[in-house]
Amino acid sequence: MSDEQLVGIVLVSHSAEVAASVAELAKGLAGGGPAVPVAPAGGTEGGGLGTSSELIAAAAVSVDRGAGVAVLADLGSAVLTVKALLAEGDELPEPTRLVDAPFLEGAVAAVVTASTGADLAAVEAAATEAYAYRKV
Amino acid sequence: MLDAAFFRRWMTVTAASVDREAERLTALDSPIGDADHGSNLQRGFRAVTAALEKEPPGTPGGVLTLAGRQLISTVGGASGPLYGTLLRRTGKALGDAGEVSAEQLAEALRAGVDAVMTLGGAAPGDKTMIDALVPAVDALGNSFTAARTAAEEGAVATTPLQARKGRASYLGERSIGHQDPGATSAALLIAGLVEAAGE
Repeated sequence: MSDEQLVGIVLVSHSAEVAASVAELAKGLAGGGPAVPVAPAGGTEGGGLGTSSELIAAAAVSVDRGAGVAVLADLGSAVLTVKALLAEGDELPEPTRLVDAPFLEGAVAAVVTASTGADLAAVEAAATEAYAYRKV
Repeated sequence: MLDAAFFRRWMTVTAASVDREAERLTALDSPIGDADHGSNLQRGFRAVTAALEKEPPGTPGGVLTLAGRQLISTVGGASGPLYGTLLRRTGKALGDAGEVSAEQLAEALRAGVDAVMTLGGAAPGDKTMIDALVPAVDALGNSFTAARTAAEEGAVATTPLQARKGRASYLGERSIGHQDPGATSAALLIAGLVEAAGE
């Protein structure tokens, strides 16, 4: 499995710090398996709060190992910008999916699942399932 | 018939009115949004005019798809992908024709508005740009002036509505009583048609 291509994960937040921290947390919790390519795409290019399509596209390309890319987004413009890029058709690696999942919990589930060598559909399913883990 | 020069004028006069109204748009966005609508759109439309100056496309569809792309990549907020999708999808619907009729523009703009509704999941009455755009497209069959009036009335009519989309929706009933900034900027875009036509 060592030469298997892993699904890449992109974390899109309005804040560069949030995206980077969630990426770090998810990678930390993924344990000692193969290193999953995870890239944060947070904030605008100028370092402000918001969403940058350029940062998202660059992050997606950077994590693409040929097995597909799962994108998680936090709110509003982050979600809409990813959808608009997907509609564009040629901006993101093929296949890239916007995963409908809670941002932090979904990121952990996605990265842990990807580290097992799971395919894009399994990574997406694991991230989406994170909605079902009730806390009380 | 409307040529590429008309569409470039439409974008530049809209950019100028967004510049003029940026403070008002941001003021509308401060009680119910994150107070950046004016500055975000200003940045986006400045990028649009710069791109159109640098490489002026020769067709109406080319002008709008280039403008839409610039908005998606430079705005930084939700209005970027929403306006970007509106213009790009309208541009794609116009195809490669060198000139288009007002009827073709109305039809293409309807395709653009439909794409925005699909992207954002908003319907009329949700207190969004859709509340200005749908009546404008409906009135576009009559004249640009009628579309401008319909868009402005649609924007004003968002005031008593409760927001169901975006950040304003978290405010629930407290969003009532504020005119929607997105519907207000959409009315500026439609007003730009009248100005571009010199009517």
